[in-house]
Amino acid sequence: MSVKIFKINEDLKEFMPQEIIDLEEKATWGNPKRGVMDLPYAKELIEEHSLCAGCPESVAFRYILASLPNPEDTVIVNSTGCSSLVFPHIALHTVHPLFGNQNSVASGIKRVLEWRFPDKVKDVVVIAGDGATIDIGLDCTLQSFFRQEKITTICFDNEVYANTGGQDSGATPRGMEFKMAPGGKQWDKVPMWQLAIDSGCHYVARLSVSSPKKVEQVVKKAIYVAREVGPTYIHLYTPCILEIGLNADQGLWEMRQRDKERFKFFEYMTDEAKEVIERKKKEGLL
Amino acid sequence: MAKLGPAGYSPYPVSVVEGVLTPPPGKALMFNEIVDEEVAMREAAKAMLTRENPTIFPGPQVLYAWNEEAKRKAKFVRKMAEVLGAKIIPMYDYRPKYPKIDPEKEINPNHPNLTIWHNKIKACIFIGVHCHYANVALKIIRAETDCFTIAMCSMAGHEDAMITLRDQHSEDLEKFIRIAEEVKRELGK
Ligand SMILES: Cc1ncc(C[n+]2csc(CCOP(=O)(O)OP(=O)(O)O)c2C)c(N)n1
Ligand code: SF4
Ligand SMILES: [Mg+2]
Repeated sequence: MSVKIFKINEDLKEFMPQEIIDLEEKATWGNPKRGVMDLPYAKELIEEHSLCAGCPESVAFRYILASLPNPEDTVIVNSTGCSSLVFPHIALHTVHPLFGNQNSVASGIKRVLEWRFPDKVKDVVVIAGDGATIDIGLDCTLQSFFRQEKITTICFDNEVYANTGGQDSGATPRGMEFKMAPGGKQWDKVPMWQLAIDSGCHYVARLSVSSPKKVEQVVKKAIYVAREVGPTYIHLYTPCILEIGLNADQGLWEMRQRDKERFKFFEYMTDEAKEVIERKKKEGLL
Repeated sequence: MAKLGPAGYSPYPVSVVEGVLTPPPGKALMFNEIVDEEVAMREAAKAMLTRENPTIFPGPQVLYAWNEEAKRKAKFVRKMAEVLGAKIIPMYDYRPKYPKIDPEKEINPNHPNLTIWHNKIKACIFIGVHCHYANVALKIIRAETDCFTIAMCSMAGHEDAMITLRDQHSEDLEKFIRIAEEVKRELGK
C-alpha cells in the first residue's frame, strides 16, 4: 500500500468527515520512529473501541498501533474474541479469518506479499486472544513457528475465554474459577512463551501492558526481527476485568500486581535476532 | 420476475435470480437490457436530473489521490455534481461502522439504505467504489429502497445497478458530463 492512499483529493476534501481528514493530516505515516510518545498529539489509528469500559485490551491496541514501524504497509490478522470486535475501528488492513487459523492465514498473506512486492517491506502481525492462540489455534500457531514464517504473533492473554462468557482456557492458572468454569482450572497455565522458544521463535517477550514504553519496544523488536529472521512472539497480559470482577479503573492495578509474579517481564532472543536489534538500535530505530 | 421491489425492479440479486450479467465491453446495461453507452448515459442523466435528492457516492478510488487518474476523476465528479445538481456523500472506507453512522455525511456499504432513507435519495451514482463493496451495497439498496441506482465502474460493471456503465475512465466521465448538460437543456432545467 502507498502512503498516497491516505491523501485525500483536494476536489472532494470538503465532503470528507473530520476523522478521515485527521488520518491524513495528523496520523504518523511513513515514519518508523513513531511511537507511544505520539499518542497525545497524533491522530490514532484506532478510532474508538467496542470493549468493556477500562478493558486493558483497549490500551494494548493503542500502544501497539502507535508503535508499528510501518503501519501503511502492515496487515493485521486477528481472530474471533473480544479483540476482534475492535478491528472495524482500525484504519489499517485487517483480516478476520476463522477462529484459530490466524497464523496459517497470516503465513499465506506474508508469502504472497513477499512474492507480489519483492522490493517493499510488508509486515504481517497476528493479534489474537489466548483461546485462539494457545487452545483452539495452537496447531496453526506452532506450525507457523516450525515453518519459520516471517510473522509477528501477539497474544492478548486475559487467561479466559472472555467473549463467550468465561470458560477456562489453556492460559488460565490452576485453580482459577470463572462463571462458566465453577470447578476451577484443573491444570497448570500453558507456558506459551516457552513453547514459542522451543518451536523456533527468534524473539519472544512476556509482559503486561502496564508500561506503554515497554510495549513499544517489544513490538518494534519483534517486527524488525520477523522481517529479517523468522517468527517472533509477544505474550501480553491484558486482564479481563469483567471476568475477574474488577472495576473499570482497576485494570492497571491488576497488571502491576501480576508484573511482580506470573507476568514478570521476560525476553528471549536468538543470536540472529540480537544482531538485528543491535543494528536497529544503532540506526536510532529502537 | 417473482415480485417487484420498492424501486420497481427485481429486489433480488439479478445475476443469480434472473440471469442478468454485466454488459460486454463498449456497451452498457439498463435494467436487464444491453444498450449503447450513450443511451444509458442519457437515461442516467435524466434519472439524476428528474428524481428527488440525486446524490453521487464517490468511493476510495476517487476520493484519495493515489494516482493521476484518481485526481482527474475527482475533478470530474465535482463537475458532474454541479451539472446534475447532485449532493456528494462519500463512501470513504468500508469498515462496518456500528451503530453511529452519520447518514447526512457518509454512506457505508454494510448499511447503505440508512443514508438513502435518511436523505430520501431517489437517484444515485456509485463511482470509485471497489467492486465487491459496490456489489454488496447495490444489492441492499435495490432490495430495501426505491432509489434508482447508477454504477459508473472502471471495470466490468455491476448488474445490480439499474444502469451500469463499464470501463469508465476520466474521458468517459467528461463525455457523461457533456451528455448530462445536453439532457439538462432539453429538460429546460
Ligand atoms: C471455530 C469457532 N469456535 C468457537 C467459536 C466461539 N468463540 C467465539 S469468541 C471465543 C473465545 C475467544 O477467546 P480468546 O481467544 O481467549 O479471546 P477473548 O475473547 O478472551 O479476548 C470462542 C470460543 C468461534 N467463534 N469459532
Ligand atoms: S469481556 Fe473482558 S476481555 Fe472482553 S472486553 Fe470486557 S473486560 Fe475486555
Ligand atoms: Mg482470552
